[in-house]
Amino acid sequence: MTSDLAHFYQQMCVIRRLEETLLEMFSAGEINGTTHTCIGQEATAVGVISHLDAERDVIFSNHRCHGHYVAFTDDVEGLIAEVTGRATGTCGGKGGSQHLCRGNFYSNGIQGSIVPVATGIALAERERRSGAVTTVFIGDGTLGQGALYECLNMASLWRLPLWVVVENNHYAQSTPEELAVSGSIGARAAAFGIPTAQIETTDVEQIHATAGNAVERIRATGEPFFLVLDTYRFSPHSKGDDTRDPAEIEARRAFDPIGLIAARIAPDLRTQIEQSAARRVAEAREAALAAPVAGAVQA
Amino acid sequence: MRAERCVQALNGALHDAFERRDDVYLIGEDLLDPYGGAFKVSQGLSDRWPERVITTPISEASLFGVASGMALRGYRPVLEIMFGDFIALGFDQIVNGISKFREMYDDQVALPLVVRTPMGGRRGYGPTHSQSLEKLLMGVPNIRMVATSEYHDLRGLMRAAIDDDDPVFLIENKLMYGRPNRRPEAGYIDQLSVREGSGRYPAMTLSGNDFDEAAATIVTYGGMLPIVVDATTELIVEHELFCEIVVLGELLPLDVEPILDSISRTGALITAEEGTLTAGIGAEIAALVSEAAWGQLRHPVRRVAARDGVIPSAPSLEDVMLPGVGDVRDAVLGIHGAKL
Repeated sequence: MTSDLAHFYQQMCVIRRLEETLLEMFSAGEINGTTHTCIGQEATAVGVISHLDAERDVIFSNHRCHGHYVAFTDDVEGLIAEVTGRATGTCGGKGGSQHLCRGNFYSNGIQGSIVPVATGIALAERERRSGAVTTVFIGDGTLGQGALYECLNMASLWRLPLWVVVENNHYAQSTPEELAVSGSIGARAAAFGIPTAQIETTDVEQIHATAGNAVERIRATGEPFFLVLDTYRFSPHSKGDDTRDPAEIEARRAFDPIGLIAARIAPDLRTQIEQSAARRVAEAREAALAAPVAGAVQA
Repeated sequence: MRAERCVQALNGALHDAFERRDDVYLIGEDLLDPYGGAFKVSQGLSDRWPERVITTPISEASLFGVASGMALRGYRPVLEIMFGDFIALGFDQIVNGISKFREMYDDQVALPLVVRTPMGGRRGYGPTHSQSLEKLLMGVPNIRMVATSEYHDLRGLMRAAIDDDDPVFLIENKLMYGRPNRRPEAGYIDQLSVREGSGRYPAMTLSGNDFDEAAATIVTYGGMLPIVVDATTELIVEHELFCEIVVLGELLPLDVEPILDSISRTGALITAEEGTLTAGIGAEIAALVSEAAWGQLRHPVRRVAARDGVIPSAPSLEDVMLPGVGDVRDAVLGIHGAKL
């Protein structure tokens, strides 16, 4: 756990550079299949996960999971190898971009699927008194899935240490929030008696503070918490499938979470962090492309 | 010694499992005593282990996920789904979670969970509480499906399922619950000689003529067993035709060997299931046998199954819909028409 601003900046730069690199690799034909990048959403991943202990706590993430994965495991190399279909990947190339597993981190590509499994994990962790907080990352799109509400009900009834984090990026693929989400997001969880917090900022320090209150409450009470965060992705849903107004995207760049905190870091240190992130990702790319493809018969 | 009823055997095996291991939990609806589950298989567990029996809201779509989450983290949950029909609510979790986690996470995890659920009609519960939906699970990789029957070692099947490191769907049957759990004595159940495999979920082969050459192999499972036994008895008495019955234990993955062994003595395959005909268990068995033993089949395969439709509530209509003794008998007579 850390609240060090330079560390946040470092993690966010690694995630940003990773996601940019994956999109470049797609264009270069170095990656097969699909990917969902989180460019612009780095602060929610880092602000929340900086409170979690990878040895004890558990994360279940979704299709847009790269930022969560790297913030929790720091495994840039395994992720790029996985996405490029290498034997050295996190799941030996079987999972790809949206089906990752390492230690206490899991992700799956079905929106409605992940919350029930996270609920079961939270139940298991409560039963073995591990003290773990189980965090499940969902989006505004997931709010359309009925299983979510079954789980809010059970998590409240059974007093599970489940942290539901909604990263509201205002679009479910191409569908804007206005066409998919009625009423109040926070009130949905509150109706189940689950404490809720909601903030509208992309500033990682503010997210970190609010998340800190949430996680402290879960650890103190063992009960669920519903945190709604405001965010925005600058990248397309997957690759080249963006139908949003470019002016809207441009306007949101004023709230780019990396830009927001850059000025708070000494210029020399900033440059050093940025260069180090770029170097690390570039090396991971090289290493992945040099690794044997998954399933290849070894000579 | 009088045999215990099947519900008692299953219930006893659950009690044994709770005694034996503290990582076993029971999850499902209406489990708490004195109710003890809709079909009473779970009776007495919540009184003895209140902290390990979790009664739930009506939320099947999520309960399969709750069970798999517990299994991912080292527990052995047993999920009771009150009626087999309700597995339809859980199919996302079954197909995109339970079926996937171990393999797609590159064997970094195990999923030792058991889903117990009763299938079967003939109780007048109508279209949505009477189905036999095993065939929907047949196409799902990486799960086991085990069919209980009144001749199987039910305590052994439950124990093996709970100890299994892979997800097991343990298919029970509503009419079976109240019947005695018959076991072979000196190799016989009534006049039928019995051979039982040695695996965890063995198939059983029954013969009316001590495994001499016979008219047909009838492959069945679960609640169809007593119907098939009645049909073969009638065929012996009325038509002097002896059949072998293969009572499957593990439906998925399906071990074709006991079927092939029987066909080597009969040359004829008939499948009998209570689910609807199209794309059923019988179709899969027919394909497996055709691939492995085409040359041994002397007759076309016949499938006995329910009509492709709904199971009506009215008993007179339900009888027409579901396969009965006459359907099994006629399938055998159909391939041995000369002896009619």
